Amino acid sequence: MSATKPPAGTRTPFEQTYYPPVPTEFTKKMRTNLLWQIFRFAVINVKILRMVRKH
Amino acid sequence: MARLVILGAGIAGQTAALHARRRLGRDHEVVVVSPNSKWNWIPSNIWVGVGVMTPEQVTFPLRPVYEKTGIAFVQGKAVSVHPEGDGDSGKPYVKVELTETGKSGQEERVHYDWLVNATGPKLNFDATPGLGPQKNSLSVCTFDHAAHTSKAFDETVARMKAGEKQTLLIGTGHGNCTCQGAAFEYIFNVEFELRRRGVRDKARVVWLSNEHELGDFGMGGMFIRRGGYVTHSRVFTESLYTERGIEWITRAAVKEVAPGEASYETLDGDERSLKFDFAMLLPPFSGVGLKAFDRAGADITPSVFAPNGFMLVDGDYAKKPYEEWSPEDWPRTYQSPKFPNVFAVGIAFAPPHAISKPMTSPKGTPIFPTPPRTGMPTGVMAREVAFNIVDMIKGNATAPKRQASLAHMGAACIASAGAGLFRGTAVSMTLFPIVPDFRKYPDTGRDLDWTFGEIGLAGHWIKHLLHFGFIYKAKANPLWTMVPE
Ligand SMILES: Cc1cc2nc3c(=O)[nH]c(=O)nc-3n(C[C@H](O)[C@H](O)[C@H](O)COP(=O)(O)OP(=O)(O)OC[C@H]3O[C@@H](n4cnc5c(N)ncnc54)[C@H](O)[C@@H]3O)c2cc1C
Repeated sequence: MSATKPPAGTRTPFEQTYYPPVPTEFTKKMRTNLLWQIFRFAVINVKILRMVRKH
Repeated sequence: MARLVILGAGIAGQTAALHARRRLGRDHEVVVVSPNSKWNWIPSNIWVGVGVMTPEQVTFPLRPVYEKTGIAFVQGKAVSVHPEGDGDSGKPYVKVELTETGKSGQEERVHYDWLVNATGPKLNFDATPGLGPQKNSLSVCTFDHAAHTSKAFDETVARMKAGEKQTLLIGTGHGNCTCQGAAFEYIFNVEFELRRRGVRDKARVVWLSNEHELGDFGMGGMFIRRGGYVTHSRVFTESLYTERGIEWITRAAVKEVAPGEASYETLDGDERSLKFDFAMLLPPFSGVGLKAFDRAGADITPSVFAPNGFMLVDGDYAKKPYEEWSPEDWPRTYQSPKFPNVFAVGIAFAPPHAISKPMTSPKGTPIFPTPPRTGMPTGVMAREVAFNIVDMIKGNATAPKRQASLAHMGAACIASAGAGLFRGTAVSMTLFPIVPDFRKYPDTGRDLDWTFGEIGLAGHWIKHLLHFGFIYKAKANPLWTMVPE
């Protein structure tokens, strides 16, 4: 199975094809937003430590 | 006095050696046999492969650590195991070919009372004609390979800066590769670096792998709860590839790598090829090729090792169809059924079967990932095996009590998608259990409360901290036991 991202502006309307979800600008910004990521850092660490403790 | 010999000084060997040494009194001996004088934090090799780190940053010399901790070190490569000794004596030993400068090529017998095989994989580049850094493709599996790959990457970027378009092909170099996670990290770090170096518009970046779908990673993929849905990792992975403009080819077994061109067969049976300017394709793994002999010198390798060279332990290796696979097939104590004083941990033990569903092309080529054995479970099983052996040496137990089955264990994994203190990202994942249990979790195979994934800068920070934390721990620096496996 192979796939290529269709170059911008070349998608034909009503074309029967498969498009994976693409993040919005807001979602992308939050991935490197310092305050949000400091919070996620704490959350992910807790999740990992819980997993470590499980064994 | 008992003598514990550990073959290999990777994640598994080092974890087992340090824990055993710490718990055993000085009247017992711990010996490590390993061909390389350096320890390598392999997960950071992907950063060496794009020039973000140097080999020196991901390695350190082993000997000073062993002198400090009281572990004996034999720098050499184990070639055969003699669990019953030989004609002269019934004392078990391992035949070792020394690799230390000045002694290279000499043979030594290393006697043991307890043996842990932690020799990891043989990087089996020969399985695909033309594959590997000696031939027509690159690798990031060792720090040397990664340093060589980094130079080739710089040359590719230089050609792009001179205005040439380049195709970069990254993925797996055989129908039965594992470790897709490492190739995933590498392709995303390459793509990130191309943008950072201002040449992204000149690059066609292509993923080529033996996974049935993107996001399989040799674990049959995973489901997570997100945005009100239970969604398969395929969706998130395809989203990430699309966002970063990376093309993908899955269900492919690379059959040959010629200079500048990879030929592959797809699960449909099609034969195709792709021209490239830069190709990093991982090799399939096999066991390192240890042999075993009985006291009379007869070859007993088939009863100690599986045909792929990995060591048989307490798993259920009976051949059965995919539908009959059970989590209970997976080993718990990693003890050899034939020789109870012998164990195998990390990549060195033989998995009873794959985790991803086996698939074969109409031409009979198997095209599916073999099971990954990542750092965290490797460390946990090495620790548990070390504790079991210590208990038995001290007379506190007569059989291994602690268990570390991949079917009852979870894993946390951080996959880098680009390095940078403020702009880097990584995918953070946890999943439980590693081997899915469709009887207990009929729809998803795993516990959704313990399985999650997200991408962001926080993941990169954690990946970077793990780099320092694990090197600190492997050096047995003060309070190293506080760093979890
Ligand atoms: C590029 C790359 C990136 C990765 N990234 C991650 C990641 O981000 N997270 C993660 O969890 N996992 C990652 N992994 C997987 C991880 O590296 C493995 O899980 C781990 O290294 C397995 O440990 P091991 O001790 O079994 O094998 P190894 O670490 O390979 O160690 C094997 C040891 O045995 C020695 N040896 C070999 N032959 C012999 C012999 N004949 N006699 C004696 N000694 C011998 C070797 O020199 C080595 O010291 C990555 C793997 C690769 C290749």
